[in-house]
Amino acid sequence: MDAPKVTRAITRIAHEILERNTGAGSLVIIGILTRGADLAARLAKTIEEIEGVKVPVGLMDINLYRDDVNYNPDQPVVRKTEIIFAIDGKNLILVDDVLYTGRTIRAALSQIIDFGRPRTVQLAVLVDRGHRQLPIRADYVGKNIPTNFDDNVQVRFAERDGVDGVLLYPASAQRAQGSTTAAKRKKK
Amino acid sequence: MRLSSRHLLQLEGTLKKDLELILDTAESFREILDRPIKKVPPLRGKTIVNLFYEASTRTRISFELAEKRLSADTVTFTTSMSSVQKGESLRDTVRNLEAMKIDMVVVRHGSAGVPYYLTHCLDANIINAGDGTHEHPTQGLLDIFTMRRKYGHVAGLRVLLVGDIKHSRVARSNIWGLKTLGASVAICGPTTLLPYEAEKFGVDVYTNVDEAMDGVDVVNILRIQLERQKAGLFPSQREYTNLFGITGERLKRLNKNYTIMHPGPMNRGVEITNEVADGPASVILSQVTNGQAVRMAVLYLLAGAEDKDVREAEERG
Repeated sequence: MDAPKVTRAITRIAHEILERNTGAGSLVIIGILTRGADLAARLAKTIEEIEGVKVPVGLMDINLYRDDVNYNPDQPVVRKTEIIFAIDGKNLILVDDVLYTGRTIRAALSQIIDFGRPRTVQLAVLVDRGHRQLPIRADYVGKNIPTNFDDNVQVRFAERDGVDGVLLYPASAQRAQGSTTAAKRKKK
Repeated sequence: MRLSSRHLLQLEGTLKKDLELILDTAESFREILDRPIKKVPPLRGKTIVNLFYEASTRTRISFELAEKRLSADTVTFTTSMSSVQKGESLRDTVRNLEAMKIDMVVVRHGSAGVPYYLTHCLDANIINAGDGTHEHPTQGLLDIFTMRRKYGHVAGLRVLLVGDIKHSRVARSNIWGLKTLGASVAICGPTTLLPYEAEKFGVDVYTNVDEAMDGVDVVNILRIQLERQKAGLFPSQREYTNLFGITGERLKRLNKNYTIMHPGPMNRGVEITNEVADGPASVILSQVTNGQAVRMAVLYLLAGAEDKDVREAEERG
């Protein structure tokens, strides 16, 4: 996926969100660190351009809610969660870059419930790459990309990585290069 | 990311990167305290014993709340209600506790070195909550954390510790932690309450509090342990207050944007006046709040690695 495709996907998702929630009045957007937060900011900006409404944006670190904290010998670095608005009764758009096993989303849902009781929680992702391990699905998807379990999918955003794009590194190619990234992804 | 040690016994010799990891993690945990539900799940299933052989309110409650906010199961043990009264030795007490399958021990004891001794008796992670006149590492960390939140950095700050330095574990933890992080430290008190060869800490030593205040950003006022007066270490409370008590008048020589700290419990009117304790530069209550974030960070980071994993990691180098 190149930069124009990423922008088009974000614009389409923004329209779908507005259509389904009949406007932006009841919305709040929460992005999962790191690139889910970038995507959340983009979505909010696009929605503002379309509707002229500023939607509150928060960001969330889900490491404390992971189900593998006690299994992973390296403690995840806990970063800051910033949700400075009430989520009670809102239509909450949860945003992440890649939907994979669904475990990150499970952790995010647990954390959201500790912050309040939104009317609905809807999930928006830029890429759905399959291989779910939990009964979770996305409401808004930028692109479905069929992958092998140990492939590596990387999303890049201009504000963080210099250029927009989605890159797929097949596991076979990585093994040839002797890269360790595939092994890391697999463990997760 | 992981700490280089399984225990937190002292700040002396603790690596800079470990101190920074704890402070950064505490920064993330600080936000949890402002949530409607102040509880997160990472220590679910861990059992923590708080072993308090010495009186404490702030530290004990702060540790207990930090543990509960991380969803650990906790028990608190105070000597007055236990078999210690029947003459059970420390080693036997903790071995019995360990037989009940505990994961971490938070210990306060009147003798220096007890937390270190426990690391040889137990497999659990040990956290020092104050041992004799040795160290009180989480208090040192929370003082440093409070400074860092206010100024955005620790390196380059000038910090003055006033009062009973000799008997203060808080002072020692402050000195070691601050120096590792690049702050400059001065200490001030009556000669009888300064440690022998205090210069060897690498700090500036003063006996005149007004001179000590020049160019200082943070004044950390230590409690005068009134029981020391009976030992004749200073002639009278009034004399101490006249010579070393921190009053509004004395603060004039400090840098602009100065900060007043006190680890508590305060003797108002002895080492600190009401005017200073409740003044705009006082962060004494923020210290208490920040203490919880720092203790949550320490518990979380120490609980991370199983003993086995650490050993394997060490073998791998």
